[in-house]
Amino acid sequence: MNDKHLRTPLKNVRGLGAARSGTHHFTVQRITAVALVPLALWFVWFALSLIHLDYAGAHALVARPFNAVLLIAFVLSVFWHAQLGLQVVIEDYVHTPGLEIVSQLAVKFLCVLGALACVLAVVRIALGS
Amino acid sequence: MAEFTLPKNSQVQKGKHFPAPAGASKVRTFKIYRWNPDDGQNPRVDTYDVDMATCGPMVLDALIKIKNEIDPTLTFRRSCREGICGSCAMNIDGTNTLACTKAIADCGTKDVAVYPLPAMSVVKDLVPDLTHFYAQYASIKPWIRTQSAPPPDAERLQSKEDRAKLDGLYECILCACCSTSCPSYWWNGDRYLGPAILLQAYRWIIDSRDEDTGARLDDLEDPFRLYRCHTILNCARTCPKGLNPAKAIAEIKKLMVLRQGA
Repeated sequence: MNDKHLRTPLKNVRGLGAARSGTHHFTVQRITAVALVPLALWFVWFALSLIHLDYAGAHALVARPFNAVLLIAFVLSVFWHAQLGLQVVIEDYVHTPGLEIVSQLAVKFLCVLGALACVLAVVRIALGS
Repeated sequence: MAEFTLPKNSQVQKGKHFPAPAGASKVRTFKIYRWNPDDGQNPRVDTYDVDMATCGPMVLDALIKIKNEIDPTLTFRRSCREGICGSCAMNIDGTNTLACTKAIADCGTKDVAVYPLPAMSVVKDLVPDLTHFYAQYASIKPWIRTQSAPPPDAERLQSKEDRAKLDGLYECILCACCSTSCPSYWWNGDRYLGPAILLQAYRWIIDSRDEDTGARLDDLEDPFRLYRCHTILNCARTCPKGLNPAKAIAEIKKLMVLRQGA
């Protein structure tokens, strides 16, 4: 008990106790990762097939329901997975009290906004505006 | 933020040189981290030229020879000299290992670098402060926890298959080589239990005679205590007993998912 706050080492280790969470985060991170394997492969193929098309052709290809659904699935998985991963990176390295909360919030907001923007873009094309 | 540079008073300086005695035939050089809490100086690296003709084969033999014959101020922990007590865990030739089981001949570089376990507070020279590490071990209550009373006339029995599940776990000597090699433990060791303690926790979780498995999992289910493990695998690479703490941690994570009914 040579701690300057006169706490035992075990008191420091136990802290606020186990959060009883983390498993859901772990599971969802893996589910999105598994989903991204086929989706990312498909997206590469899809992006390559867009290269040679003009605007109208690309528009028509995105508007096809099959492609639109997979694009939205891909975008949602990417931003969901990115948010989960970046959350862990910040938890790992950013320990400055205020900065940690601000960066966690920023990541969540940016990922949600990014996902919404991408989904809206695909939906607008798919629904023919 | 995590600190990636050493504070000014921790920066290592060039130390003293102790040349080999005249007539030494096979000389091997040891560069050893030195720090004394009492003299107010920065840490330094002292250089010892040791005559291998009169020295045992292990790094611990060289350390003992240095302390006995060259520089009695050199401070390190040692006890069993056969890899079962874990006292002489230190960073040798860039890897955490036991000085007593690490052969000098197996050290790749010409000069053998010997440092204390990384990212730990140093008590003196090669002696790290393991207070927090031991408290983490105590926190998992590493003893059998049961509700059923033991049979009055026999031991608590265990099948051969269940006993086999403890192989690769019971051999851990808590030397802290793995935990102090883990970057996640470096940055978050205050809350992350680290590979050694999680392997020990799994040793009790998987023990067929222990009845507190659920409570043990409850105590580990935490974003920091368990899930700071990012399968970097330094632990498995460095373990001087050849164990695989990362696998034990992965098994704990599997049990966490399993009990959710996924």
